Amino acid sequence: MKNDISIVLSGEAGQGIKTVELLIIRALKNSGYNVFSTTELMSRVRGGNNTTEIRVSNKKVQAFVDRIDILIVLSKNAISRIENRLIKDSIIIGQNSVIEEKYKNGGYKIKDVDMGSLAKEVGGIIYSNAIVYGLIAGIFNIDLNLIKEYITNHFSTKGKIIIENNISAVIKGYEKGNELNLEIQIKKDDKAKNQIILSGTESIGIGALAGGCDFITAYPMSPSTGVIHFLAKHSEEYGVVVEQAEDEISAINMIQGAWYAGARAMTTTSGGGFALMEEGISNAAITEVPIVIHLAQRPAPSTGLPTRTEQGDLNLALYAGHGEFPRIIFAPGNFTDGICLTQKAFNLADKYQVPVIILTDQFYIDSYQSIKSIDFSDFEVENYITKTDKDYKRYKITEDGISPRGIPMHGDGFVRFDSHEHDESGFITEDFDIRKKMVDKRLKKLESYSKESIDAEIIGSKNYKTLIVGWGSTYGVIKEVIQELNDDDLAFAYFKQVYPLPNNTKEILSKAKKLIIIENNATSQFGQLIKRYTGMEFTKRILKYNGMPFSIEEIIEKLNGIK
Amino acid sequence: MKTNFDFDNIPETSWCPGCGNFAILKVLKEALDELNIDPQKLVISAGIGQAAKISQYINSNCFNGLHGRALPVATGIKTSNPDLVVVAEGGDGDMYGEGGNHFIHAIRRNIDIINIVHNNMVYGLTLGQASPTSRKGSKTTLQLDGVFLESFNPIAVAISLNASFVARAFSGDMKQLKKILKEAVNHKGYALVDVFHPCVSFNKINTFKWFKDNTYYVDESYDNTDKMAALEKAFETDKFPLGIIYKNGKNKTFSENLKAYKNDKRPLYQREVNPEEVEKLLSF
Repeated sequence: MKNDISIVLSGEAGQGIKTVELLIIRALKNSGYNVFSTTELMSRVRGGNNTTEIRVSNKKVQAFVDRIDILIVLSKNAISRIENRLIKDSIIIGQNSVIEEKYKNGGYKIKDVDMGSLAKEVGGIIYSNAIVYGLIAGIFNIDLNLIKEYITNHFSTKGKIIIENNISAVIKGYEKGNELNLEIQIKKDDKAKNQIILSGTESIGIGALAGGCDFITAYPMSPSTGVIHFLAKHSEEYGVVVEQAEDEISAINMIQGAWYAGARAMTTTSGGGFALMEEGISNAAITEVPIVIHLAQRPAPSTGLPTRTEQGDLNLALYAGHGEFPRIIFAPGNFTDGICLTQKAFNLADKYQVPVIILTDQFYIDSYQSIKSIDFSDFEVENYITKTDKDYKRYKITEDGISPRGIPMHGDGFVRFDSHEHDESGFITEDFDIRKKMVDKRLKKLESYSKESIDAEIIGSKNYKTLIVGWGSTYGVIKEVIQELNDDDLAFAYFKQVYPLPNNTKEILSKAKKLIIIENNATSQFGQLIKRYTGMEFTKRILKYNGMPFSIEEIIEKLNGIK
Repeated sequence: MKTNFDFDNIPETSWCPGCGNFAILKVLKEALDELNIDPQKLVISAGIGQAAKISQYINSNCFNGLHGRALPVATGIKTSNPDLVVVAEGGDGDMYGEGGNHFIHAIRRNIDIINIVHNNMVYGLTLGQASPTSRKGSKTTLQLDGVFLESFNPIAVAISLNASFVARAFSGDMKQLKKILKEAVNHKGYALVDVFHPCVSFNKINTFKWFKDNTYYVDESYDNTDKMAALEKAFETDKFPLGIIYKNGKNKTFSENLKAYKNDKRPLYQREVNPEEVEKLLSF
């Protein structure tokens, strides 16, 4: 078989596909394969049809492919929804009775493996996912000891019998996988072993801790909630206050109280929750209290598609809150940037006293990929809290717009924050002259930040004639396509800072004869933003808004003929 | 009497002459002063409304934020630095209307703050509409035929949520108000002080005299640790009982329950953060 294989697990919610995914991607990675996995779910706790795609390759992979090389069927009605992703050589593995006749006669290679019965032999249907884990490991001929070790660790708290039964199940699955003799010959890559595999959620959580985050509060909302769960797990070790808020309005206000008293606080939410936070964001702007918000996008309006993906909330983040004030918006496209930008978000929020928003989406958050290790000694938790003196003025007019921020009990002054327009000391004012000065002071902070703005990155040919623009989670798919096409005329401009627009925006766009924008939304919100600030228009827009991420095949097909 | 919480130059307030807020401001400053609270350690978290403006007139730290949101802000402040004395203050519309959900959950958290609610049964700053505590039948500038909604009962709600300190006072009796406020400040855990006070401009029904005639103090025989007795008191609305209606000092405060304070009692801002210690989380 080829050097890049996509395995898809298709079953119902509640079958434990997630466990299989977590165990097998780590085993594959530590055996020297490059892996990437992504899940698409229906919004339900039981039943329906969910699929997880695991890509195994000899080179770095970080995107979704339509093509299914190996389909593992775990329940009835698990094929029809994805049948158009099957190809001539697709292998379908599953119990005979759950594979419908039309697929048996469809020219695919059918492998009858009765995972349910194997599980029952071990002790019950509950061991099905251990069978599947063993099966994939067997197909790839991974060291059995490694496989056993991972499942033992995974169930370490469940008692001896459960562990032993799981190991028996793994061995049964493993033998079956071996027997299938699928002749996988993906070249192993020793470098892959040294990489780290993590999820998008973990990238944000780790970045936050590295940024000194010591306070998180949020109201649960898919797909953003994983971040507060992650910090809750590490709350004691890193001294993080973790609180489930009664609503998003409480969350956005609570983090302001926290920053006010000296914490480094964040909240995590999705579009609907973020919409509820808008008034709070505006309050942070006038009181000049730093805030960090993680906004994991999902298709809207309103409830939309709760478990699916979209880049539809850029405008929401860009214009959230009444009034005119600065903000910074990052959109990491890979997990290294996810860690580094989230880390930086806390320093920038502290330094400029503005809202910093990290925009991700369901595809980013729920995917797993390998990254090179990061040297954390390069990170610094920059602390801009000032010790106050008796005459401290919270909103002192300064050249760069930044007024030194004091906190209560640290110095001799009083720290007075006010949501009304205020004078330098923080008292309500209706003086027209002061009002104008305060607006100017606040807006000035964006200009000051622009000096350290993060440039867009060029990936691909330096002498490009056609430039593809993308932001956030489309990074992986566009990058893989650029590498595959290997075209001297083609490059990809990756924007990880979407607001303010990076300083090199106009320069890199001007060099191209043809501009293409790719966005996971319906109206090309980023394209419109670029047009508004640079006057430059895109000749072609490739947009997707059905709730799914772009696949590699899709981008290649759409680019054909328009390059 | 000049307190530590007075400014050198007394600021002009935006309250109407005769407003009950004056008494609350005066008594609060005196109570804090007599308890030797260091103004550096005090933070007033206030919302929006005539009552919430009180934060402008106290010489200490303040966060004068959004309408209805004083409690989440106060929660963030107190939790990040438990050494601070945090007062969340505003009117009945601010705390029980716009901020109603936060009122419920601040009590459930047992966040160690003093929650002072100026309750005049009417909206002042927006010129005379009904408030959640307006009594049935009250005619207002908006409820022209009289309020027909049930009146919100903050005392009963707080007790039913097992609030750790629930009191009601009247601005017209500064001596008792001060005594109650002092107990609230000294209390560990969430403390609600609902303060009746007249709105001279917009509430012609619940006047100074009306409050005087329609309230009474619980006497010394009353056991304010008896929850069911407290609930019964809370439902007395012909004549409203004043004093400390319910007290429950047994529960841990919010901060005491948090893992972030398990091994380290210092406020968050005093802790060193080393990003290198996070690197181990990237272990797979």
